[in-house]
Amino acid sequence: MSKRTLRIIVAKPGLDGHDRGARILARAFRDAGYEVVYTGCHQTPEQIVSAAIQEDVDLIGLSCLSGAHKHLFPKVVELLKEQQAEDIVVIGGGIIPKQDFQKLYDAGIQEIFTPGTPLEEIIKWIEDNVQPREELA
Amino acid sequence: MYFAKELLETDSRLRRKWEDEVRKLLERKGERKERFSTVSDHEIQRLYTPEDIKDLDYERDMSYPGQFPYTRGLHPTGYRGRLWTYRMFSGMGTAKDTNERWHMLLEQGQTGLSTAFDFPTLMGYDTDSPKAMGECGRCGVAIDTLEDFEILVDQIPLGEVTTSMTINPPATVMWAMYCAAAERQGVPLNAIGGTIQNDMLKEFIAQKTFMLPPEPSIKLISDTVEFGTKFVPKWNTISISGYHIREAGSTAVQELAFTLRDGMEYVEDVINRKGLHPDEFAPRLSFFFNSHIDFFEEICKMRAARRIWAKVMRERFKAQNERSLWMRFHTQTAGCSLTAQQPYNNVIRTATEALAAVLGGTQSLHTNSLDEVWCLPTDHAVQIALRTQQIIAEETGVPNTLDPLAGSYFVEKLTDEMEEQAWEYIEQIDEMGGMLAAIEQGYPQMEIADAAFRFQEQIDSGEKVMVGVNKYVTEEAEECPLLDIDEEVERSQLERLKDIKKRRDDKAVSRSLDDLRSACKKGENVMPYCIEAVKNLATEQEICDVYREVYGVYQDPGLF
Repeated sequence: MSKRTLRIIVAKPGLDGHDRGARILARAFRDAGYEVVYTGCHQTPEQIVSAAIQEDVDLIGLSCLSGAHKHLFPKVVELLKEQQAEDIVVIGGGIIPKQDFQKLYDAGIQEIFTPGTPLEEIIKWIEDNVQPREELA
Repeated sequence: MYFAKELLETDSRLRRKWEDEVRKLLERKGERKERFSTVSDHEIQRLYTPEDIKDLDYERDMSYPGQFPYTRGLHPTGYRGRLWTYRMFSGMGTAKDTNERWHMLLEQGQTGLSTAFDFPTLMGYDTDSPKAMGECGRCGVAIDTLEDFEILVDQIPLGEVTTSMTINPPATVMWAMYCAAAERQGVPLNAIGGTIQNDMLKEFIAQKTFMLPPEPSIKLISDTVEFGTKFVPKWNTISISGYHIREAGSTAVQELAFTLRDGMEYVEDVINRKGLHPDEFAPRLSFFFNSHIDFFEEICKMRAARRIWAKVMRERFKAQNERSLWMRFHTQTAGCSLTAQQPYNNVIRTATEALAAVLGGTQSLHTNSLDEVWCLPTDHAVQIALRTQQIIAEETGVPNTLDPLAGSYFVEKLTDEMEEQAWEYIEQIDEMGGMLAAIEQGYPQMEIADAAFRFQEQIDSGEKVMVGVNKYVTEEAEECPLLDIDEEVERSQLERLKDIKKRRDDKAVSRSLDDLRSACKKGENVMPYCIEAVKNLATEQEICDVYREVYGVYQDPGLF
């Protein structure tokens, strides 16, 4: 039996409107054959987690370019845990200084992609690291 | 015809000879690339000659500086009379931090101010809103009340220095604060000068700082134009912006076309809604362009922009006053051309882009700092960026003569092509029923998304080069010092806001908010009510909440 198609939500937490990267990724993921939902800008972590669960996604890709990632990314993982949905993989991107990486990894963000990363590299990472979640009986 | 027949015959003879040579060369060895194109993927020919601009009409298309269609500039003496304004966009942390940065910049020879607000302020939220958590002071200055604003402009002579404010959905509120602060400094409204960005169309199209739906957003903008026309005649009430359209990944032509079509939409709305004649308000409309890395494309874009706007105002809107035809614009070098990798290279990019803006005839300029990919700039990085402008202005000799590239076969041809392609977009949007209708259909948004995606593919394939990103990559990270906004900023701002809310006159606040609400419902001009509310220390969010309540909230359709 072939595996179910991966479902991805690309989300922009916080108040910044720099969505060029997020929208390019959403399109690249769709072209790579995934099912993609894009939230649009200005989502709260609560809205993102609720959309992720409702859409039954396997991966959340967060994009933030305002500097508020230190607060917003860990909040998303925390809320997933509260909803017993911590098997949804969370990755992040945007303007994230190196010195913040460890703190984000510790908070449960699995990988961070910064500007200049080729699209292929991100897709390869997903291929290698994300499986469709078990579908509940 | 631009050239005498004899010259074109000579040109044609010389061309045949050259083409033969080229053919022979190409048989032996190809050129570096199959196809040469600008950063916007506009194809560029091997050579431009008189043949390319033979249909140019000297008076109709070029003319003289200060003469219609202003291709060569707005003023008869150009930069010889007055240099562009050095206007560095800045704002960080608290109002006090920003005020200090402003005084530093003025001491360094900056000639105008430009305000960056933090995201909660840009979106109409106070620092104590749950949505504002973690954002306070990070990408600009946090302003909640008039008291913050008065600290921001402390010891800044508002009757002398002009200030630009990059503020959109809450533009009425920040402008009201500026007016109130000026009044308290004893400066009358008709003496203050500056700009509010106040361009919501490009927010829906590109920058995504939105609050209300498009229709009421435009209504508030027309309110500011009307108020400015009557009471604040030296204020630029809209800065019609292509900058963000370009940053979102558009081509140069898209930036040009969508920005000008946005401008037309505002002019139409003010005429229809307020009954003003274009000559009453159009002289105070200003524009804001990006200067990207493709040198000639940018210069030609700016020359074409002046020409199109002059035609539009004269032919479409029947403006009579020469100033209504003038496209005055601010320019910022392209943030999206800068790289996080090898950040010192950004100084060279910015210098090139700044030079293009000057050759394009900008009225005012912001040069990005080398570290702005990462964070708000440090003092040192800002100083280098400002010095870049000063070196171009005062060492290079470039401003000695007006529009020095005019008459270049290439520059005139490219100017022409960009104008022509921009008109195609403008006519297409006209056919769709205008920019609001086009935005509802997602048209400009998707055109930009397509262009951005194409560029990313060209970067990934190596067809387009970004030094340090996909070519000449170095293993070891080259780091520059970064400015960190202390978390203390948020804590102290929260405390200030709490204190103000405790000691202000609550009755006066709710009375002025009620007055504003009823003005909104009756369709009156909101500005006088806004000024009254900020004077009573109503917060930015309290005022914006009234707008949200009356007009509703816009949701990002999330197109990609």
